[in-house]
Amino acid sequence: MTPELGHFALVLALALGLIQSIVPVIGVRRRDDALMRLGDSTALAQFAFVAVSFSALTICYVTSDFSVATVYENSHSMMPLVYKFTSVWGNHEGSMLLWVLILALFGALVALFGNNLPATLKSHVLAVQSWIACAFYLFILLTSNPFARLAPAPFEGRDLNPILQDIGLAIHPPLLYLGYVGLSIAFSFAVAALLEGRIDAAWARWVRPWTLAAWMFLTVGIAMGSYWAYYELGWGGFWFWDPVENASLMPWLAGTALLHSAVVMEKRNALKIWTLLLAIVAFSLSLIGTFLVRSGVLTSVHTFASDPARGVFILAILVFFIGGALSLFAWRAPLLKQGGLFAPISREGALVFNNLFLTTACLTVFVGTLYPLALEAVTGTKISVGAPFFNLTFGPLFVPLLFAMPFGPLLAWKRGDILGVAQRLMAAFGAGLVMITIVAVAEGSVFTLAPFGIGLALFIMMGAMTDIAERIGLLRAPLSVVRQRAAGLPRSTWGTAFAHFGIAVTLLGIVSVSTWATERIVAVKVGQSISLSGFELTFDGLVQRSGANYRELGGKFTVRQGSVAVATMEPTKRSFASRETTTTEAALMTRGFSQLYLSLGDVNSDGSVAVRLYYKPMVLLIWIGSIVMMLGGALSLSDRRLRVGAPMPAAKPAVQPAE
Amino acid sequence: MTRKQRRLALIGTSLAVLAVAAALVLSALRESIVFFNSPTDVAEKPSAPGTRMRIGGLVKPGSLQRGDNLLVRFAVTDGKNDIAVLYQGIVPDLFREGQGVIAEGKLDAGGVFAADTVLAKHDERYMPREVVDALKKSGHWQEGEEKSTGSAAK
Repeated sequence: MTPELGHFALVLALALGLIQSIVPVIGVRRRDDALMRLGDSTALAQFAFVAVSFSALTICYVTSDFSVATVYENSHSMMPLVYKFTSVWGNHEGSMLLWVLILALFGALVALFGNNLPATLKSHVLAVQSWIACAFYLFILLTSNPFARLAPAPFEGRDLNPILQDIGLAIHPPLLYLGYVGLSIAFSFAVAALLEGRIDAAWARWVRPWTLAAWMFLTVGIAMGSYWAYYELGWGGFWFWDPVENASLMPWLAGTALLHSAVVMEKRNALKIWTLLLAIVAFSLSLIGTFLVRSGVLTSVHTFASDPARGVFILAILVFFIGGALSLFAWRAPLLKQGGLFAPISREGALVFNNLFLTTACLTVFVGTLYPLALEAVTGTKISVGAPFFNLTFGPLFVPLLFAMPFGPLLAWKRGDILGVAQRLMAAFGAGLVMITIVAVAEGSVFTLAPFGIGLALFIMMGAMTDIAERIGLLRAPLSVVRQRAAGLPRSTWGTAFAHFGIAVTLLGIVSVSTWATERIVAVKVGQSISLSGFELTFDGLVQRSGANYRELGGKFTVRQGSVAVATMEPTKRSFASRETTTTEAALMTRGFSQLYLSLGDVNSDGSVAVRLYYKPMVLLIWIGSIVMMLGGALSLSDRRLRVGAPMPAAKPAVQPAE
Repeated sequence: MTRKQRRLALIGTSLAVLAVAAALVLSALRESIVFFNSPTDVAEKPSAPGTRMRIGGLVKPGSLQRGDNLLVRFAVTDGKNDIAVLYQGIVPDLFREGQGVIAEGKLDAGGVFAADTVLAKHDERYMPREVVDALKKSGHWQEGEEKSTGSAAK
């Protein structure tokens, strides 16, 4: 009964979606308030029905109802409860249902919190949002029904792919989807603006919080995926330039560009057409990502069993929405009024620079990801484009962007003074140079990644702090004034500083790991030791255990520094009988931001065990940086100016009591 | 500067950045792409020894030998032709005889493929697409094979 209820709720959501796709648009044409307002109720109801559908599927998983095909395929009665929940989206059908759930959620949020939007714009946004939703409801119902039944029902399920039985999986896809799908709001706003033929600074003010929220989730989602791959795949890499990773990086790059161009539009009423285009492109890249991941054209851990019909359907959705939006753009954008003027050296100019390099970098990732597919489709030749390609293209394009980052926030709007800014960044620049010298001397060479990468990271960090320090008069004004100014500083200024600081933190982690990581891959016998980067690991023996739905072989190791035992590490290999599969569970020992990483290979016939041992200096900074970036986004989002529904302009904070 | 001049400056800068990016992409594509070959491709169209490439197929049953220092020897087959592969290191969890595999490395003068990367599939039900295509080309693939082995398992 439950699966049918879920299926039926999804069909009802589709019906509501179709109404919402058409009626509000008619309402706008006829200037009929009642018809326009219908979109609000349907958006809420749509979300309710998709939520019912999703809950129904969740119930099927939790109760291990193997009469449902997807539950049989991806669950097992012995699986721990938490993985019964996460396996709901650990497969193609369920993950698509999560996709539309989040899509409907965003639609409902616009309906709830969009009270300050002009009625016609809101109606158009909700209608466009519903067009996307309907396309995906149809996709699920026609090609990927998660509620399909099996008769007779099997007694036991085939278990979730063990590599996905991990807490990282519980968090990574929902976060990533919140980001991917959140960009749909920016897209809907862009298409709505094109339909209306009118766009102004207020539009940017409405779009920015949504984009910012999506960007925050995308940032952490990508970082989570990277951390998961790092500890679960057993060889310690944090980014593989895998097409699927690129599929999530591209919307992030476009979304980051969109955030910055929307600032220009909001403050200076310029770059309007470009911002619209970016809003369309950012979500288009999300759709392309979904296509790449879900159609099975790529080989990756994210590819579940593929079915050509699905690929064709998603391709059709892709062509319709991207093609449609871009045609609408080509037709209507010339009608939009030009915005304000600015000198090339100005805050606007810096943001244009940012956009230019971000989009170009995005383009190189796009080429590197899709070129192999295009080449194979045209000539049949199979190639793979890996890390070397991206290091040679993406890297050089990102360096000027990173170097320019501290300048942007210090430049004035309209016409900036680059020399003045350079002067104010002297301290940061000097610190960077000193760092380059120190690292170069320590490394014994100058022209390598490490000195420049670390110097650049320090320059960006200091630059971000310079902006804040100057604004609050640090070291110049009395402390009480500084505190007062810090409290009065707009949250978005803090947000910028945090986000830029976070990028530098991630950069520091990446440079440090790429340069100083050490590794040993050896076979050890009981009693033998391996030494690496000042640590000595002694192999004490193997242990066997059994877990909820697996058997586990663990290797016990004692870690010594000097002659002092500091920790024990126990990497394991789990074998899952239900799928005849093994996974590697690496053991991690964290010291500060650095980690010792140990994973187990095969047991050889002579009793020795193959192990991989890595020392990853500062590796945690890679992911901590993303959290700092997200905090920056959150601070910016909490700015009064942007708070959804807050009246403009922000009132000055009440007079503070003298201290 | 007038609006027109500013626009021209902007377009000029953008084109310059794009040109640099295009140059980077083209040079990187020439240097860093890796071609995929099936064992039959390698047998029929031998490329110069030392060319970096990927090969894919099934790990030939009975061919897997482990030596000292984590040395692994096996043969990759597409049913028609085999290539001997030498790899030093830890093979992936799902690396087994009779399973799909992709190896990246160089073919030495003696026809042995020295691999520095070995990739297996992530899921026992899933076959790397390149491997499926290679098997299809050599005629050793039956449609629906994946599904039937899958459901026969339980």
